[in-house]
Amino acid sequence: MTAPDAHSAIDAVWRIESARLIAGLARMVRDVGIAEDLAQDALVAALEQWPTSGIPENPGAWLMGTAKHRAIDLMRRDKMLDRKHAELGVHLQAEEMAVPNLEAALDDDIGDDLLRLIFTACHPVLAAEARVALTLRLLGGLTTEEIARAFLAPVPTIQQRIVRAKRTLREARVPFEVPREAERAGRLSSVLEVVYLIFNEGYTATAGDDWVRPALCEDALRLGRILAELAPQEPEVHGLVALMEIQASRLPARIGPSGEPILLLDQDRARWDRLLIRRGLAALERAEQLGSPLGRYALQAAIAACHARATSGEETDWTRITALYDALAQVEPSPVVELNRAVAYAMAFGPAAGLEIADALVKEPSLRSYHLLPAVRGDFLAKLGRREEARAEFERAAALTRNARERTLLLGRAAAVATGTANQDDPQ
Amino acid sequence: MRFMVFVPGGKESEAGVLPDEKLIAAMQEFNEELVKAGVMLAAEGLHPTSKGARLKFESGKTTVIDGPFTESKELIAGFWLIHAKSLDDAIGWMKRAPFGGGVKLEIRPIFEAEDFGKALTPELRKRDERLRAQMKENQQ
Amino acid sequence: MRFMMLVIPKGYASAAPGTLPDPKLVERMSKYNQSLTNAGVLLALDGLHPPSAGARVRFAGGKPAVTDGPFAEAKEVLGGYWMIQVKSKAEAIEWAKRAPMPDGDVIEIRQVQEMADFTPEIQKAAGPTRLGAQ
Repeated sequence: MTAPDAHSAIDAVWRIESARLIAGLARMVRDVGIAEDLAQDALVAALEQWPTSGIPENPGAWLMGTAKHRAIDLMRRDKMLDRKHAELGVHLQAEEMAVPNLEAALDDDIGDDLLRLIFTACHPVLAAEARVALTLRLLGGLTTEEIARAFLAPVPTIQQRIVRAKRTLREARVPFEVPREAERAGRLSSVLEVVYLIFNEGYTATAGDDWVRPALCEDALRLGRILAELAPQEPEVHGLVALMEIQASRLPARIGPSGEPILLLDQDRARWDRLLIRRGLAALERAEQLGSPLGRYALQAAIAACHARATSGEETDWTRITALYDALAQVEPSPVVELNRAVAYAMAFGPAAGLEIADALVKEPSLRSYHLLPAVRGDFLAKLGRREEARAEFERAAALTRNARERTLLLGRAAAVATGTANQDDPQ
Repeated sequence: MRFMVFVPGGKESEAGVLPDEKLIAAMQEFNEELVKAGVMLAAEGLHPTSKGARLKFESGKTTVIDGPFTESKELIAGFWLIHAKSLDDAIGWMKRAPFGGGVKLEIRPIFEAEDFGKALTPELRKRDERLRAQMKENQQ
Repeated sequence: MRFMMLVIPKGYASAAPGTLPDPKLVERMSKYNQSLTNAGVLLALDGLHPPSAGARVRFAGGKPAVTDGPFAEAKEVLGGYWMIQVKSKAEAIEWAKRAPMPDGDVIEIRQVQEMADFTPEIQKAAGPTRLGAQ
């Protein structure tokens, strides 16, 4: 094997094995920081030995065995064993005595350990950005550099963030376990939030960004799919996977030739990825089969599914979408959801219906600088023939947006409605 | 039923040469027809074998060979996955593909759980069904 | 990145229609498929009936001509595939190594064309080559 070949092969093995390795070690040493250090030591050993010895038959087992031996070595060399290390040594030696070929049993155990690792990395004692960095590191197998590039942050910042996160978990004595029934919903919510944060960072990345950024969608999808196998009884896990699969299906259609974002209703649907749509619809079905009512992710996925099923904007089942937004407004009320609900109502029942909902948002403080509110109201008003009011709204929207191309578009609409020229732009 | 339809590769696809605009446009139209009729499940192009590899499995050992595989007569450049009532139906659809110049498409039926009959134990069948439900290849 | 792992089973070119895989192989494959799913990398998979159960359509001016399988000149034929989502060809190879293939089988790894692989000009024209090339 040439040196670069060996390196990329070992990298590949690491991407496949690292999360399980860290998870298994974390259960043994009860500390994700120590677990990761041991795993990294095993990787170093692999990088030293495999280029000459070749990649072993069972690389995961080799790495685990090496990490355990390393842990025991450290215990022996440290003469000043404190109690924790002593316990560690005893615990690890017991593991060593255990049946060497644990493959069958290990599969189930490792699944549990992975789940423990996910819950731990996403523990709410950590700030969201710390959870994201730690999850990408321990579960995504990303290097610190890759995480830094993905979030447009300096490498030392991410390094520190990860170091501090591990320390916080240790100091808060966060146990390495799957949360009990009572806490499960909240803890799971935290996990899903992290995964979706990662997805959105990749989803909003634009063409011309470092490839690492849009690849975040793939990282998030992979994490979501893994979670779907580890927690198959959780409907919101499937809901989130469904939402991500369907949103990802639009990636090839979202960015125009000059890197500008293309709105959903303007996208070339021939570019939507049918395989991902089918996977998304299947995941949604799993969520629905697990019972009602649908949670926030499943509802958003169901809305996305309505668009995905329509071969053109005209075929969209807007009535169904309004019902889904009504439900979403109950489950996750927010001004932005209300605005989307207004748009859906307008598409289903006409501009007056949409305006009624949008008007209620005019006093909403959090939307005061949100250009889409006046843009949407302007569109409804224009369709209702209230031209002066429409013009004022488009101009307000143009003043609020920071995107030059959008400003031009909005000013164009203002001018068109003032002169009475018909303008059929889609509102959203 | 589902079918896989292979587009053969050749010197041009291996060289990464793109087809001319007319063919691309005709192919897009054809693909849209397949989508509208509910026949299309997937349509993918493959990068040349120079970006690929082959693994040979022999007596418990695996040998990896990097592409290209120019000597192979069975190159594939792309494929469709389609949904049709029968092989004849599938053939009927693919006859409408905008090819010329001696291109030969191969159409193969895809195994479904029912085909396995006795080979699938109830447990395997359940696992297979779960896997399929996830991928939802043919329920749309 | 997406990769196809194309399975080329030994001797499949001459397999009779209705040939079923050995149940023990099916069991091992099922486990392997599950490991791909557990890792979050599996996008799709299928097994294919042999060429004797298929057909070919030949386009050469005029009406396309249909021939039923099997096809005498074919030596290596496809028996199935996995489509996976991974970060590199090396990762695809690593997964392929773990497939429980019988002796004499071959897996060909091919990268699937994605929109992001092409320059803006080509994307503008039509996106990935997608079955136009021959």
